[in-house]
Amino acid sequence: MKRFTHALIEKNLILLGVLTLLTVAIGGLVQIVPLFLVETTIERVQGIRPYTPLELMGRNIYVREGCYLCHSQMVRPFRDEAERYGHYSLAAESMYDHPFQWGSKRTGPDLARVGGRYSDDWHAAHLRSPRELVPASVMPPYAFLDRPLDAEAIRAHLRAQRGVGVPYSDEMIAEAPRDLAAQATPEADATGFSRRYPNARQAAFDADPKVVTEMDALVAYLQMLGTLVRFSDVTPDQLRQP
Amino acid sequence: MARKPETDAVSGVATTGHEWDGIRELDNPMPSWWLYTFYACIAFALVWVLFYPSLPFVRGLLGNTARGDLAAVMAAEQAKAAPMLARLRTATPEAIAAEPGLRAFALAGGRIAFANSCAGCHGAGGQGAPGGFPSLADDDWIYGGSLEEIRTTIRHGVRNGEAAEARGTAMPAFLQAGLTMGQIGELADHVLSLPGTGPANAAGAALFAENCAACHGDRGEGNRQVGAPRLDDRIWLYGGDKASVMRSIAYSRAGVMPAWESRLDAAMINMLTVYVHALGGGER
Repeated sequence: MKRFTHALIEKNLILLGVLTLLTVAIGGLVQIVPLFLVETTIERVQGIRPYTPLELMGRNIYVREGCYLCHSQMVRPFRDEAERYGHYSLAAESMYDHPFQWGSKRTGPDLARVGGRYSDDWHAAHLRSPRELVPASVMPPYAFLDRPLDAEAIRAHLRAQRGVGVPYSDEMIAEAPRDLAAQATPEADATGFSRRYPNARQAAFDADPKVVTEMDALVAYLQMLGTLVRFSDVTPDQLRQP
Repeated sequence: MARKPETDAVSGVATTGHEWDGIRELDNPMPSWWLYTFYACIAFALVWVLFYPSLPFVRGLLGNTARGDLAAVMAAEQAKAAPMLARLRTATPEAIAAEPGLRAFALAGGRIAFANSCAGCHGAGGQGAPGGFPSLADDDWIYGGSLEEIRTTIRHGVRNGEAAEARGTAMPAFLQAGLTMGQIGELADHVLSLPGTGPANAAGAALFAENCAACHGDRGEGNRQVGAPRLDDRIWLYGGDKASVMRSIAYSRAGVMPAWESRLDAAMINMLTVYVHALGGGER
C-alpha cells in the first residue's frame, strides 16, 4: 500500500475539497452551536430589567468614549476579585447588553459592580477631574460631558435594542423621551417611569436638575451597574448553569 | 512556477516543485521534535476535554467548575480566619480597640477594606478631597468621632436613600427658600467671620441667627445630631472663599455615603471602624 503523505491530499482536488469542507464545518460548529445554547447559560435570577432610556444613553456614551478600553465589566470567579469587587458577574447581568462591555483590559478598576459604591457627586466630580479625588489616577478628564444630552433619537435607540432581542414594549418606546427626562428630574412625576423600570433611581445625577446632560446619562448608567440582582436573596439553585 | 517535483542534485532531498527565478524549495520533513510536540499537544487537548468542562452540558471527569473552585477557596480562607472573624463580629469596637491582638488584626484588615471601599472619596490616608469629601484623619467630625458613632455612620451611610437610619438632614437651598443673592452674600461674609477669616457683617449675623443658628449653632459651633458641620473652624467641605460659601448657601450642598451594612460583613465594618478611629482624629 502506498504510504499516506500530505502530497496525496494536495494533488487530489476532490479529496482536498472534501477535507477542507469537513475542517471548516467543525470550526463553524464550534462557533455556532454555543449561540443556540446561550439561553441555557443565563441564570434564573430576579431583578434584571432593560436599561432605562437615560441609562441606555449613558451606556452609549460609555461605548463612544471607549471606557471599555481601560475598564472591564466582568468580575471573574476568583477570590481576589470576589474580595475586591463582590459577587462574580452573572450571564444574566449581561443579557440585555448589546454589545456587552466585559472588556479585557484593566488600566482602571472593574466597573461591573460600581453602582452605589460612590455618590452621584463623586462620579460627576471624578469624571470632570479624576485627579482631584484619586491623585494617582491616569484617567483623562471628561469635563466636556457637562453639555446637553442629544436624545433626539432615543426612540430609535430603544427600537434598535428591541431588534436584537431586548424586550422593550411599544409603551416603553413611545414614552422614552418622557422617561428619559423624568429620571433626571427628581421633581418629575415618575409613576409611569417606575412601573416600566422597577428599581430605577430618579435623581439629578450631575446636581443640576434643569438640563439633562451627558453627565446625567453616564452617571445614571454607572450608578445602576451591578445593582439589579440582590445577591442576599439569590439561592445557589438559581445560579446553577447546566 | 510549478514544475514536476524532482530530487535536488546537491542534497538528495525532494523539492516541492515550486521555482522562483531558478531557486527551488526543498521538501524536508518537519523536524521530529516539532512534530512530536504537536502530537503531544493534541493528546493533551483530548485528555483536557475529558477531565475539564469543555463541551456543552458535560462537566468533565473532575467535575470542577471555576465557580465551584471559588466557593471552595473562599470557604477555606474563611475557615482560616473564622475564629478571629467570629470574635470581631460580636465584639464591640471598644473591646476590639482595647485588646492588642484583636486591634492589630482589625487595623490590618481595616486598612485593606478602607483602600477598597473608602479611599475613592476619603483619600488613601483618609485626608478627604475638595468638593464635599470630608477628612477622616482630623478631629473635625460631622457626625461624631467616637468608635460607636463612626460605626453607625459606616453601617447606615449618609443621605443614600437606601438605609432608613442613614445620617444627614437636608439643608434648604436658601436661594429657593426666599433669600436674595445680596442677602446670601452678607450671610457668607458673616460665616467667613466666624473662624476669624473675614470682617464682621451685622446684616449677615441677623440672617444667620434667623436661618442658620438652629442647626449650625449660634456661633457656628455645629451640631452633630443633625450633621450640621462646624462653621467656626477653617475646615471647609466645599471651599472657604466667599463664592464657594455663597454657592453652598444658595443651592445647598451635601454629601452622600453608601450604607456599608448591606455590602460588608459585620466583622469588616468593625475592623473599618477601628481603622478609621485610628487615622488621627478618633474621639473617646
